[in-house]
Amino acid sequence: MSEARTAVLGEIRRSLGRPEVDREREAAAAERIAAHPRGLIPARTDLGQEGRVRLFIAMAEQVAATVARVGSMADVPAAVADYLANLNLPPHLKVAPDPLLDAIDWSARPLLEVARGGAAPEDEVGVAAAFAGVAETGTLMLASGPGAPTRLNFLPDTHVVVLRTAGIVGPYEEAWDRLRAMGAMPRTVNMITGPSRTGDIEQQIQLGAHGPRRLHIVLVDTPDA
Amino acid sequence: MVDTPPQHSPEAPRRVALFVTCVVDFFRPTVGFAAVRLLERAGCKVEVPPTQVCCGQPAYNSGDRAAAIAVAKDVVAAFDGYDHVVVPSGSCGAMIRVHYPKLLGDDPDWGPRAHRVASRTHELVSFLTDVCGVDSVADLGTAGTVTYHDGCSGLREMGIKQQPRKLLASIPGLELKDMLDAEVCCGFGGTFCVKYPDISGEMVRKKAETIAQTGAAMVLAGDVSCLLNIAGKLSREGHKVEARHVAEVLAGMTDVPPIGAAKGE
Amino acid sequence: MQPTSAAFKQRSRQAIANPVLQKALQNIRPGFQQKRAKAVAQLPEFEALRDEARDLKNHVLAHLDVYLQRFEAKVQESGGQVHWARTAGEACDAVLGICQAAGATLVTKGKSMVAEEIGLNSRLEAAGLTVVETDLGEYIIQLRHEMPSHIIAPALHLTKTEIAAAFMQAHVDLPADRPLDEPRALTDEARLMLRQKFLGAQVGITGANLLIAETGSTVIVTNEGNGDLTQNLPGIHIVVTSIDKVVPTLEDASTILRLLARSATGQEFSAYTTVSTGPKRRGDMDGPDEFHVVLVDNGRSSILGGPTQDVLRCIRCGACMNHCPVYAAVGGHAYGWVVPGPIGAALDPGMIGLEEARHLPHASSFCGRCEEVCPMRIPLPKIMRYWREQTFTRKLDPASARYGIGAWAWLARRPRLYHWTTGLAARTLGLLGGRRRRFKWLPMAGGWTAHRDLPAPEGRTFLAQWRAEEKRRARAGAP
Repeated sequence: MSEARTAVLGEIRRSLGRPEVDREREAAAAERIAAHPRGLIPARTDLGQEGRVRLFIAMAEQVAATVARVGSMADVPAAVADYLANLNLPPHLKVAPDPLLDAIDWSARPLLEVARGGAAPEDEVGVAAAFAGVAETGTLMLASGPGAPTRLNFLPDTHVVVLRTAGIVGPYEEAWDRLRAMGAMPRTVNMITGPSRTGDIEQQIQLGAHGPRRLHIVLVDTPDA
Repeated sequence: MVDTPPQHSPEAPRRVALFVTCVVDFFRPTVGFAAVRLLERAGCKVEVPPTQVCCGQPAYNSGDRAAAIAVAKDVVAAFDGYDHVVVPSGSCGAMIRVHYPKLLGDDPDWGPRAHRVASRTHELVSFLTDVCGVDSVADLGTAGTVTYHDGCSGLREMGIKQQPRKLLASIPGLELKDMLDAEVCCGFGGTFCVKYPDISGEMVRKKAETIAQTGAAMVLAGDVSCLLNIAGKLSREGHKVEARHVAEVLAGMTDVPPIGAAKGE
Repeated sequence: MQPTSAAFKQRSRQAIANPVLQKALQNIRPGFQQKRAKAVAQLPEFEALRDEARDLKNHVLAHLDVYLQRFEAKVQESGGQVHWARTAGEACDAVLGICQAAGATLVTKGKSMVAEEIGLNSRLEAAGLTVVETDLGEYIIQLRHEMPSHIIAPALHLTKTEIAAAFMQAHVDLPADRPLDEPRALTDEARLMLRQKFLGAQVGITGANLLIAETGSTVIVTNEGNGDLTQNLPGIHIVVTSIDKVVPTLEDASTILRLLARSATGQEFSAYTTVSTGPKRRGDMDGPDEFHVVLVDNGRSSILGGPTQDVLRCIRCGACMNHCPVYAAVGGHAYGWVVPGPIGAALDPGMIGLEEARHLPHASSFCGRCEEVCPMRIPLPKIMRYWREQTFTRKLDPASARYGIGAWAWLARRPRLYHWTTGLAARTLGLLGGRRRRFKWLPMAGGWTAHRDLPAPEGRTFLAQWRAEEKRRARAGAP
């Protein structure tokens, strides 16, 4: 236990007028954390599942993300290929080794050049999977793990995220519950709302500051993974 | 402490003490008379406690709490016992209504009196609309093209926004042109404008610019202190916009020259 | 960082006379005010969320020791290390120690106001490390050897012209005739230059917007993605943060996050909100091998429990300065320390001393717009008033001001004398005001008349006229 630690905690307790370590307060805090009560949740997500999906799409598009909604995982290669072709972007994908993405048969679109793995500086298009989408603000939630390299979300110019509509929740709190159900907290949880941007020069928004210039979300309707 | 203001009946007119404020008393007595006219027409019996001086903001805002408390006690003593205290200023009104309870609330002798006076204190225009139920001054007011500056304390501490606009709208031939940033401070700020004259000067420069941009012939506000600042900048910059307290227009007392300018200048 | 707040008056005068700064400050209205207003209007629950966030943070502050210990335990449980620092010096020591132990030479850095506060860059640079700021605004001011002028937009005081000049001077390997006229080109150039730094750094330093006791996580909120590249690419991630940032749970963090972006930039949510917990896990394909949290006190524990405690609720959104007419007139540098604007006026005296910072709480018209927009409902004018009272009690303001107020109060408590004096003065000035009814100059009113005319009084005071009116009415026998 460092001297500084003792001193800082001691000064905090002195300022609070509670010089002693207080087991009762510790227990109360532990209880509050264990219960993790929800605060006020905006009513805008009080919708049925389809309403939430539509809200998610609208909110994501509002922040300059693009969304393609497809019927099944089998439709993903076409959605990605068409998106890239329309923007004249190179069809070179680096795909995260996620079980959901592993199940995709990319050969349906032979022009796509697909590599599996983590991100390298030269990668142009990263494809990742989100575990949830928050309808409240059109926010994707991605958790790091053996099949989910975080760098892939930031290094390539174009970020493609596959999300099943069943993963769309209303508020953030529902996504936290899903995360807790998945087990221990991953090293990184990325909440991504639109592509990279900056307003640091004359408060004018520019997309693609340091992270991806483009964010394309492929929403998959049937849970057929 | 909660104090219930006396119920008004048509037989017994409201007994209103006018706290004219030191700035109106010294610079702009017309506002005091406009207030009296408006209050009497709303059925109030107006009295002007003769020992009134200042609400104490100069001391309070300078950090001299003891002096502020001493002055506040004098005001409470002079204004206790009336049905209402009415102030033609959002700033001085807020000083009494919002800040006196903070200054005197803990004092066993003065606390209850301060709360009583505070809860009965109103800014003039909101008193007319919200307490007296006045919704028109059509037969009194002066027509013209005006713009309105929302004084900070009135707006944020007393909730004054729609009340003056509502009464102005009742005047036939009066057109209100909104200025940009009507809710942004003019830079007066009491002792602030003396202690930081350059910053205050820059703030009022912007205010005068936005006023001039409206093309209105007159700028109105609920505080003479803001208006002294604004009028002084308008004339310095050569803008031909008259500055008047809103009560002057509501009461039709615009025959006197505007603030800081010759009549018809 | 060495404060220069005592020079506020001179610096504010220079700021007002600086045309580049004044032009840049005009971006605040469209860039921040209008966007915030729109975002707030789109969320009917915004006001209720403010209440909730205030109560939440008050709860945390009342049990700060407990939540910090819980946070620490969870960081350690997930394989990270926590370093406590009483002072700026201790905090810098901790960071430098980690860097040196790793043999680091290049450090990338996300925007951190706590790092600015403790003067981290100069300390690391003095030890021979190269430190590269990666937030675009911070990068710009680092090239110009300046301090941030705004807590979320560090280069707010500049226009694209100065930024282009700084890039031309710094990026000597690029063609000198390249076009750099537009924000797009400048952004792309910074992206290109910084990409190499992200990939080469051995240590990445970020701040934290929130700490979560439940999970031992640190949270950063950015739009550029620089923070993520900073903390994910190097082998070591150091979070430099302060003890006031902890919240109990992910739900509590969500409450504050709902307010943060809307208040700051008027976004519904920032582009990247990243929750980091410990170093990379077994099987992870990337992420840092080491995760350190440097928990800085630097005076905060003493502010706790005192009359200015509410400043510790601040989430550094910048809304108060974005809506402050004083900030809009002088910009951030005049304040002379890391945190400018209304929150600086409330916070800085407690951090750097009232002797140094006494101007800041006085340089306010008490217009109240800061409190009106503060998402955490910090009573900023009330705290500034507290510092003014301390200034007065401790006799830190000029004697002339104190005597002036004293003389005024003496007179104000003697109504008869006051009315006689003011009556005489009003009549005199009323006469002197002449036909134009104003003064271009008056003795002892030079501060006022330097910038505007002083309207002349009408003549007789209201109270004098009212006495006559009452007599007239009594004679007429009518009210």
